[in-house]
Amino acid sequence: MIKGWGAPLLRSLLLIPIAGLLLLPVVLTVVNSLMTKREINANYGMLGKTDTSFFVNLKWIPDWVSFQQYKEVLISSPQFLHLFWNSVYMVVPIIVGQTIVATLAAFAFGKLRFRGREALFLIYLMTMLMPFQVTLVPNYLMADRLGLLNHPSSIILPGVFGAFGVFLLRQFMLHIHSSFIEAAKMDGAGIMRILVSIALPMVKPGIAALVVLLFVDYWNMVEQPLIFLQDAAMQPLSVFLSRIQEDQLGVSFAVSVVYMMPMVLLFLSAERYFIEGIQLSGVKG
Amino acid sequence: MGAFWLLAPSLVGFSIFYLIPFGQSILGSFEDRLGGGLTFSNYKELLLSSSFQKAASNTFLFTAISVPILVAISLLLALFLNQRVFLRNWLRTAYVLPLVVPVASIVLVWQILFDWNGAINAVMQHFGLDRRDWMKSEWAGFVIILVYIWKNIGYNVILFLAGLQNIPGQYYEIADLEGAGPVRKLFGITLIYLTPTTFLVVLMSVLNSFKVFRETYLVAGPYPHDRIYMMQHYMNNMFLSLDIQKVSAAAVLMALCIMALVFILFRTERMFRSFME
Repeated sequence: MIKGWGAPLLRSLLLIPIAGLLLLPVVLTVVNSLMTKREINANYGMLGKTDTSFFVNLKWIPDWVSFQQYKEVLISSPQFLHLFWNSVYMVVPIIVGQTIVATLAAFAFGKLRFRGREALFLIYLMTMLMPFQVTLVPNYLMADRLGLLNHPSSIILPGVFGAFGVFLLRQFMLHIHSSFIEAAKMDGAGIMRILVSIALPMVKPGIAALVVLLFVDYWNMVEQPLIFLQDAAMQPLSVFLSRIQEDQLGVSFAVSVVYMMPMVLLFLSAERYFIEGIQLSGVKG
Repeated sequence: MGAFWLLAPSLVGFSIFYLIPFGQSILGSFEDRLGGGLTFSNYKELLLSSSFQKAASNTFLFTAISVPILVAISLLLALFLNQRVFLRNWLRTAYVLPLVVPVASIVLVWQILFDWNGAINAVMQHFGLDRRDWMKSEWAGFVIILVYIWKNIGYNVILFLAGLQNIPGQYYEIADLEGAGPVRKLFGITLIYLTPTTFLVVLMSVLNSFKVFRETYLVAGPYPHDRIYMMQHYMNNMFLSLDIQKVSAAAVLMALCIMALVFILFRTERMFRSFME
């Protein structure tokens, strides 16, 4: 019966090492976060120096499993938690805001008829397709005019009104059969009623996918804070992590893990929705 | 009337933060910095500036090289994953995970791997090869492509898997009856019916290729090696020097390029579709 499982086994033997390679950076970060400061410095102290002939020492098992770095990040130096809070403070309002605003608009684009609908949606779509650096200029001009520069709202507000949520949720709205809506109308339900009690339950996976995708994008943000926030104390952790100095090498792995944890946990718990969301956004154009 | 009220919050905010200022920046790109009046001098200066030329050609090259590679690899993986495989769900999770890992969390690992004293060089020396300064040489482009593939492969695999699952099984059954081999089935059915998906994957890959700036910036700073100085670096640096007119002109040009590209992609896809029917 070799023929039965031979081919799947071969395929797996090819695919599993690739998966291992892709996971390597994550595993390496987690492993390093569990080493003592001294071990980290011994392994990576030579980074960024050109005059030595020593190489870094990649180690997969710590000499001594230690939570020293975590203790320092979470308890001894409050600045990390402060920056972590900065990230939360900007990302949560964007996710909540864009989800609400986009659900309303997506329902209108997906299920209601009005003049100029297609043209308007095309404009949204085009904006969504623009790389960040293109929308940065308009965002900056408006933040400047409204006096929002160097304030988190210069990042939050454009985020709330981003076009991506409208696009993604509209894809889900299109899947709702119009007969449901017609029937509800016959029974005298208003638009809000239809949206809340018919559309909303049906687009739940879409909303879950949107929340994860927005979280991914904004938890990662680097460009916006770099340009809109001059004040270093306002920066999110993502920007700060990039400026870690050699003498802070020890804690940086723990900070990295703390920073990726919310993302990874959310992804693992909502993976099904997340994947379904991405797939459905692609199935119907 | 209902549509209007549902749309209003989004439309107002969208207009304030995107539409109106975008119109404003189009105007700004034609503004004369010295006096009033409209001029093309911003565009002229931009196109003549050597750092802009470098940034534009690097960005173009990066996208032109990395997107086909990424699309090909993810298609291959999706084709494998769509067949009988052990641990399939685990594998899929592993491929998608890099997408959600914050760039900043991983920067240190890239340094550990690609530093002058890094792990890759250690391996190279072990095999008697010369070490090289990966991020500060011609090889930097290669590293960035690797990072880009690492990050985006899962997203594309998911899209391709959805596309593969949408191809009706009967097509393959009919092909089996007619005695078609696996290669013929791949080119005659799979790839043809995957066209709309491929279109979307290419589009998303191009867009995501612009996001690789984050990784590049975090690893190499605002002025990286010439080989990986991208449009985004250029625009960031212009921004910080508050040259708004020039940034606006660059943004308009970039927007035009994207629109042209999207248009070409849509056109190609439509051509393929009519060819299929």
